[in-house]
Amino acid sequence: MLQILFDALSLGSLYALGALGIALIFGVMRLVNFAHGDVIAFCVFALLWPSTDAMAIVFAGQLPWYLLVPFVLLCGAGLSVLCEIVVFRRFRNANPATMMIASFALGFVIRYFLLMLFSSRPKSINLLPELSQPIEIFGARLPLLQLITIIATMLILIGLTLFLRRTRFGLEMRAAAENFSMARMLGVRANRVIMGAFALSGALAGAIALIFGVQTGTADIQMGAAIMLMAFIATVIGGLGSLAGAVLAGFLLGAASVIMQVMLPIDARPFRDAFVYGAVILVLLFRPQGLISARGTKERV
Amino acid sequence: MSAASPAIEPQMTTGAIVAKTPRPFVLARRTIITPILLSLLMIAIALLTMMTGSRPFNQVIIDVFLRVILVVGLYVFIGNSGVLSFGHIGFTCLGAYVAAWLTINPIMKKMAFSGLPGWLIKAQMPYWEAAIIAAIFAGLAALIFGRILMRLSGIAASIATFAMLAMINTIYSNWETVTGGTSSVVGIPIIRSIWPYLIAAILSIFIAWAHAISRSGLALRAARDEPTAAAASGIDIPRERLVAFVISGAIMGLGGALMAHSIGVVTPDTFYLGLTFITIAMLVVGGMGSLSGGVIGVVFLSALIQTLRWLEAGVSIGDVAFAIPKGLQEIALGIIMIIILALRPAGVFGNREISLTRNRGD
Repeated sequence: MLQILFDALSLGSLYALGALGIALIFGVMRLVNFAHGDVIAFCVFALLWPSTDAMAIVFAGQLPWYLLVPFVLLCGAGLSVLCEIVVFRRFRNANPATMMIASFALGFVIRYFLLMLFSSRPKSINLLPELSQPIEIFGARLPLLQLITIIATMLILIGLTLFLRRTRFGLEMRAAAENFSMARMLGVRANRVIMGAFALSGALAGAIALIFGVQTGTADIQMGAAIMLMAFIATVIGGLGSLAGAVLAGFLLGAASVIMQVMLPIDARPFRDAFVYGAVILVLLFRPQGLISARGTKERV
Repeated sequence: MSAASPAIEPQMTTGAIVAKTPRPFVLARRTIITPILLSLLMIAIALLTMMTGSRPFNQVIIDVFLRVILVVGLYVFIGNSGVLSFGHIGFTCLGAYVAAWLTINPIMKKMAFSGLPGWLIKAQMPYWEAAIIAAIFAGLAALIFGRILMRLSGIAASIATFAMLAMINTIYSNWETVTGGTSSVVGIPIIRSIWPYLIAAILSIFIAWAHAISRSGLALRAARDEPTAAAASGIDIPRERLVAFVISGAIMGLGGALMAHSIGVVTPDTFYLGLTFITIAMLVVGGMGSLSGGVIGVVFLSALIQTLRWLEAGVSIGDVAFAIPKGLQEIALGIIMIIILALRPAGVFGNREISLTRNRGD
């Protein structure tokens, strides 16, 4: 029982962090960032030395953890901000579909850049192996990593909340998410806020990359895509632009996946994802504006 | 506003509708030049292929025609309703598997799909009959899904259609006895002639045009541009969307069936995110609100992809042979797409259609 709870929480954490990264950017510039998954993949590969061999040459990954974590987070933030400056700045006034396709094209570029350097074979990496040891809590054997994932996610969420609520920059960002043009008129600097959002979102991608990399022990170019899709769905069910909603929906999706895995009859288990997606459609039918609808996203007539 | 709108202005602006009833088919006559020009473009490409007569090039052109069918199918829904759908490739998947069920040799079928009902195992028909049935089947599936999904709009609708695609993919990847699971289904008769694909592409262009100028299509476009005003004028938006969804679903099904015949192998993952994104990208680069944009977007991006592939394989100019490194093809494609979208955010054509007379875009 406890095992299920922890499984649900740790899977939900990943989805919640991903959803948060997408919701942050959507909030300030109405962009659904399909390149987010590829930023995640990039962060993992940033730890490796470019080579096409199956065994990865761990390069930066050998740093002690107190240097490794900031390094990955900075990688994500750096790449994300770079994307903003080079690409997304030119799409500020484009319609959402155009921005979406542009972000997809950008993700494509990042993915094939990685492919060129590393080839498409998944590589095994040995990242922070001491985290894979199981520990015993209340009679359930849990990998230490799962516990750390959950705790780290909680810390990130608390930190982010404090940042958004207590600092001037956070205030500006929330104002921009609520009503971007009004915020600009009142003296919020658009470029700074948008770059901040991209940096935060990139750092979140880095965090996901670290957790996922340690969890699976492989670096795969496709790995970002699966999380990104779930995160994307979570963002929408949570109510686009609502950060709390994104986190809530991320955890709900994680819980739904894990619970269905346990509850469904054996024959139906391979179809688990179909049930999860069916549930997504149901939620959208009853709450098309999302679980927690953000103010300011509804168009006024 | 689309190119078709000037023709209906008399109806909308004058109070005395009876006095100014337009002549029948005036809209059709004014806009038919667009599908004709696009079809001529298709025929020209086909003739060009015939003249070169090279085998690999033949396959490339078949792919172009297939993508034209798929993108035109997308346009019928996305272009007219303005709702981005990520789910349409699901209908392509349904169509492709119907083609597999109906055309594979019964003996092979018995082994591959043991769970199919007996009459379906015995059935074996020519590919074009199977393709028509595939289109009808996909259209029916679109009707069922659409009844539920068309109540949504905006980004919620996009996600719901994506969820639909993921559901179809999961079911087809795991229902081993009926779909063969994730392993590839082989034994579908391969059609190498380009003409069936050409005819299907032209057919879908004309269907899309006929839908766009029909009462339902015009109502849907009005709802896309001014949802509140359209609803206030008595347009039942979910119903008009459903009509477009079913028609586009059927076209996607047709495309899927033909795609199965062009490669002879189907797997559920052929019809998943990769194909979804490349077709949507072609539509958006060409111009989401325009049939011409969709078709020319396909031709343009396909030509670009092909050129980059040739460069990758290596070209020699004079004595100097040069080739771009592997993998650069996709990177260049992505960069070019970004540049086009940055320069023309509404796509190359925006909402305009090609025609002989200059028409007013917006």
